[in-house]
Amino acid sequence: MTTLASAPAPLKSRSTFQIALKRLRRHKLAMLSLTVIVLLVLMALFAGWIAPHDPNAQSIFEIYAPPSAKYWLGQDELGRDLLSRVIYGSRVSLLVGFSVAFLSILVGTLLGLLAGFFGGWIDIAISRFIEFMLSFPTLALQLVLSGLFASSDAAPIVALRSSLGASANILIVVGVFSLFGWMGTARLVRGEVLKLKNLEYTDAARALGASSVRIMLRHLLPNLFAIVIVQATLDVGTAILSEAALSFLGFGIQPPVSTWGNMLSNANEVVLQYPWIPLYPGLMILITVLSFNFLGDGLRDAFDPRSRL
Amino acid sequence: MFNYALRRILQMIPLLLVISLVIFTLTALQPGDPVDQLVLGNSQITPEDIARLRAAYGLDQPISLRYWFWLTHALQGDFGWSRTFSAPAAAYVFEERLPNTLLLTLPALVLSTLIAVPLGIFSAVRQYSILDYVLTFFSFVSFSAPIFWIGAMALWLFAIYVPQLTGGLISLPPGGLGSPDLAPDAGFWAVVADKLRYLILPLSILMLREIAVILRFLRASMLEVLNQDFVRTARAKGLSNRNVLYRHALRNAVLPIVTLLGLSIPGLFGGAVLTETVFSWPGMGRVIVEALTSKDFNVVMVALTFISVLTVVFQLLTDLAYAAVDPRIRYN
Repeated sequence: MTTLASAPAPLKSRSTFQIALKRLRRHKLAMLSLTVIVLLVLMALFAGWIAPHDPNAQSIFEIYAPPSAKYWLGQDELGRDLLSRVIYGSRVSLLVGFSVAFLSILVGTLLGLLAGFFGGWIDIAISRFIEFMLSFPTLALQLVLSGLFASSDAAPIVALRSSLGASANILIVVGVFSLFGWMGTARLVRGEVLKLKNLEYTDAARALGASSVRIMLRHLLPNLFAIVIVQATLDVGTAILSEAALSFLGFGIQPPVSTWGNMLSNANEVVLQYPWIPLYPGLMILITVLSFNFLGDGLRDAFDPRSRL
Repeated sequence: MFNYALRRILQMIPLLLVISLVIFTLTALQPGDPVDQLVLGNSQITPEDIARLRAAYGLDQPISLRYWFWLTHALQGDFGWSRTFSAPAAAYVFEERLPNTLLLTLPALVLSTLIAVPLGIFSAVRQYSILDYVLTFFSFVSFSAPIFWIGAMALWLFAIYVPQLTGGLISLPPGGLGSPDLAPDAGFWAVVADKLRYLILPLSILMLREIAVILRFLRASMLEVLNQDFVRTARAKGLSNRNVLYRHALRNAVLPIVTLLGLSIPGLFGGAVLTETVFSWPGMGRVIVEALTSKDFNVVMVALTFISVLTVVFQLLTDLAYAAVDPRIRYN
């Protein structure tokens, strides 16, 4: 009789995050989308090397020139190379997408965490504020606000604009979108915290004398990661679409900076004669937003233990 | 239930007051004012005239006073005069613009629901079938594409490309409400046919996203319901598939759709601005952009207030409808 059974091989412990990552790798569509997003980010970073022409160089004799060997996607109303503008446009469009998603998630997670964790009057105040913000007609108010910040001559707004410098226009659009972008996350996080704060590990942490802040940051926040990362991914796409809509109506980021959105301004008038001009910026938006939405969906499945992957 | 409804209605009043104050302040702070527009068209105007005009319109008053003036008049139904459209602002928005938006959004809502509900049920019941994948892909594309861009490309396709291809046999107009050169004595059906030709593209574009939204939500909530015990019980009892689906599962799965529709109706009025712009359709959404550009703030206020009131009212109606159809919810 053997005295000791051989010790079992130690189980390799893996965090939820590692498991999710492994599951995500099996999600073909999500991995394809991630690849597309990485390529888009690289394109934005190295736009200066990739773009065949100066995106702002005008050649007045080639206005509305159709696609040719020299200008692959043709020329716009000022004779600027559309391909180069599409490549440079990825910079602002992605920047707006990522910044708005980041700010919305930051504010939404913070307020949702506070409301869910403390409850009582803090919860009432935050929840009412969320309902209040949701009662505004979003797109219309975004028009009003960006019009206001972009060209008001009131002293404080002029001061704000000049302190923001050359990129004031972009920062204003990011700010306005973030202002209306955080409510969904706040609601999600609040609901999740309400569930989590009654679990044993929270009680255990409290019994061990952990402070509220420590419980929120060390115990709740990591467990919110799954829903927050999914929401953030979807928010990037939403912000890119909003920028396009605002710019289409003429209230977004103004030329000469090119964004996929402002390349579509007056698309409905241009398209009848020069259909290739709005075709490609719109296609880029579609591909980008589609990738973020597929990735978000894949992440949701990867973090959901019930889904089959 | 009655007390709950009453309390909610009373809570709406301060909420709407704050919303209107915020909207008014933001509108009043807009760069430029209506007098600037008058000055632009008149080179003979003197600084004294400008000051007199500003005073006459009350533009020299602080915003708080102007809001009070606006509010007290608005509550009596007087929303001021629209300089751009030369009509009372409220009458212009509600009589000239609102009907056009309704003509677009109501059929869009009804048709989308009629199309999306059966598709959503099918998608959930036959999860991972080919049609489910096709519908899922369609929904993702509708969510991810700039709706106005699809509209613009469709405009080119049906107003330029297809007519060229078919020698003008099939062609749709490039936007607008109806043919300007339609004979005044054209019969009723001729007018309807003409209207339909102009309506079909904006309507389809508006429906694209609406269908995708309803489809996705119904599929998700149907899938959730189908996995619940009472559905299994119903099947175990030996009920027909049809009975299980429509009597037991669907009735529970449509609840979230009630919320979804209730909350999306107000959004359709302002949100139709993109579709309306692409197809030169003079509706509610479009009027906000036009009035903002021409500094016609009375019109901006009418339209924004109307959409905000709708949003708040539909939030309440949705909650009440939810309580009425779902016996598990009790309001005290």
